[in-house]
Amino acid sequence: MEAPGSPAAFASLTGALRIVRTWTRRLVPATRGFIRVMRANPLTLVGFLMVVVVVVVAVLVVAVPAISGAIGGQRASILPYDPNYYPSPCPSRTIQTSNGSYETCTLPPSLQHLFGTDNLGRDIFSRVLAALPLDLAIGFSITGFAALLGGVLGLVAGYWDRPRTIGGVISALILRLADVFLAFPSLVLALAIAASLGRGTIPSVLAILLTWWPYYVRLVRGEVLVVKHLPYVVAAKAAGVSEVRILFRHVLRNILEPIIVYYTLDVGTVLVTFSTISFIGIGVPLNVPEWGNMVEYYYNQNLMGLAPWTVLAAGGAIFITALAFSLLGDGLRDVLDPRSRRALVQAAVPTKVTAGAAAPAEA
Amino acid sequence: MGRNKSDLIIFVGKRLLQLVPVLFGVITITFFFTHVAVPDPCASWTKARTPAAVQQCRITFGFDKPLLIQYWTYLGNLVGGNWGENSVREQVLPAILRAFPETLELVTTSIVLMIIVGIPLGVVAANGAGRWRDHLVRTFYLSGWATPTYLGAVVLAVVVGPALGLPYQGAFTSQPTFPERLHMSVLDALLAWNLAATGDAILHLILPASALAFLNLGIATRMTRGSMLEVLPLDFVKTARMKGLSDFWVLYKHALRNSLISTTTVLGITAGGLLSGTVVIENIFRWPGIGAYAFNAITNYEFAGTIGVVIIFAIGVVLANLIADVLYGLLDPRVEWR
Repeated sequence: MEAPGSPAAFASLTGALRIVRTWTRRLVPATRGFIRVMRANPLTLVGFLMVVVVVVVAVLVVAVPAISGAIGGQRASILPYDPNYYPSPCPSRTIQTSNGSYETCTLPPSLQHLFGTDNLGRDIFSRVLAALPLDLAIGFSITGFAALLGGVLGLVAGYWDRPRTIGGVISALILRLADVFLAFPSLVLALAIAASLGRGTIPSVLAILLTWWPYYVRLVRGEVLVVKHLPYVVAAKAAGVSEVRILFRHVLRNILEPIIVYYTLDVGTVLVTFSTISFIGIGVPLNVPEWGNMVEYYYNQNLMGLAPWTVLAAGGAIFITALAFSLLGDGLRDVLDPRSRRALVQAAVPTKVTAGAAAPAEA
Repeated sequence: MGRNKSDLIIFVGKRLLQLVPVLFGVITITFFFTHVAVPDPCASWTKARTPAAVQQCRITFGFDKPLLIQYWTYLGNLVGGNWGENSVREQVLPAILRAFPETLELVTTSIVLMIIVGIPLGVVAANGAGRWRDHLVRTFYLSGWATPTYLGAVVLAVVVGPALGLPYQGAFTSQPTFPERLHMSVLDALLAWNLAATGDAILHLILPASALAFLNLGIATRMTRGSMLEVLPLDFVKTARMKGLSDFWVLYKHALRNSLISTTTVLGITAGGLLSGTVVIENIFRWPGIGAYAFNAITNYEFAGTIGVVIIFAIGVVLANLIADVLYGLLDPRVEWR
């Protein structure tokens, strides 16, 4: 640590200031763009707020016990009950049927148990919340890895694609391999892989990941093919900038927008697909609360007719989370895609005017 | 390269040739994944689980041989038309050929539903872009997108089906007495001129087909909406409006026709999603198609069946894309075959 007032400290201070200034310069237009996106379509705002709520709750579920435990004393939690705790004997209700009555621990939603309880008397609200961080992390990480892997391969395949060069051969190989994986209906391959690897979280994550990256190869390659012939890239090449630097600084930066939009939409799709694998019974083990395996377990216990809240709470959680990302991603795409943006603005305003103005003229 | 008939034939031929390496890759990947991860499924197949029975099963199915030899034998058999046997020694190919038409019937019905419902919704949304109609339609199709396949199917089967009195298990109420020539429930009943059974088959088709259609509706609606948004501001639409044509005529005759081209291609891409969807939907609705077959084969470690289904699905996806590309070229006079 330098003494205050020394030249070194001054230099680091100006350095820090410069970083702050660069970032504000970048953030201000970004914020303006964000406000523009949200104003263009209220649904996007709804989606954005839903995503924020989901992420904040997930962080709280993980962070509150961890922080309170670290500070010392009792580990607090925002979950009202322990997700795996079942009272024994559990409070039950009596069901009357034509051939007698029987007891069940499934209690309908009430103030004590917001989403009711399941067949073992566990609190479903707590279980749904407890599963949130895991499901969200899986959604983000599978999509992230797929985007990274597919993105890098797509960059290579799009940028060095001249035939009869080493790059061209590698690009052709990448594209052929992507074609093979695209011909699989992804769920079937994922199921086959997950079933072969045995029940577990990691195998099912791997299974989806393996079928997910080719979409990003296609997406990124398509964008690179357009951007790499634009004048500023050609200029950078003429100025002698190295190939790798051009690829990452000039090409990648300018195709990030569609990738981010696709990623946002994709998180929801991955969540839904992952829960499907869990539903089939080859995903996350049953002792770990996860939305897909909750639906599977309750459905297979025939609780759909007796206590529909068990199935619907877990399924609804997947639905709401996936919908949040879809709303956000779909809205972003509408505004960021320049072609549909222009159309959106033009279609929203003048058509009515023309139609209205044309009618009397005709009459 | 041009737009002659011979160009089209060369184009289709080339694409069909590309199917060969794709199929080879698909078969190889599935083969090694399944066989490396579960080298010996016999232990879970044989009910008796005596060491002798397991050993007998290993020898019968060749799991005692080195992996590469198993692979080579499998490829050789496949080329010769023998797709292998499942755990109870039934041939895989006839079973798949029996089940596939049933799935084709289901998927075709849901594509028709997607077109009938999805495209007008897209038009309505685009015409009211940014207004509440648009928001409503988008929420609707994004809901389909965000609904897990099984949840949609379970709700339809357990809640909607009984409420509307629609059947939701299997393709017929009772085992059909007429010959199943095509293995498509509705057509078979029609061919046998059994009208009661035809009605029954149609009723059985409604719920699974709507489940499949609802979950994939977003693709048709969103594409129609997107391309309509591009077409609506163009001059020819303005001209049509200024001529005083009614909204309906302008939208559906002039604008939709020009935006349908891109929607067609997207319907081809949907094929993969629809086929994936059948795996879960057929299982919940007990539909006797290839999805249910795939589900059983995968969960029982029946590799011949799994690879067989994967081959059929891969051919289906590639052909659907090819058909979409050809349609696109036929609809858009600017496209050249290459």
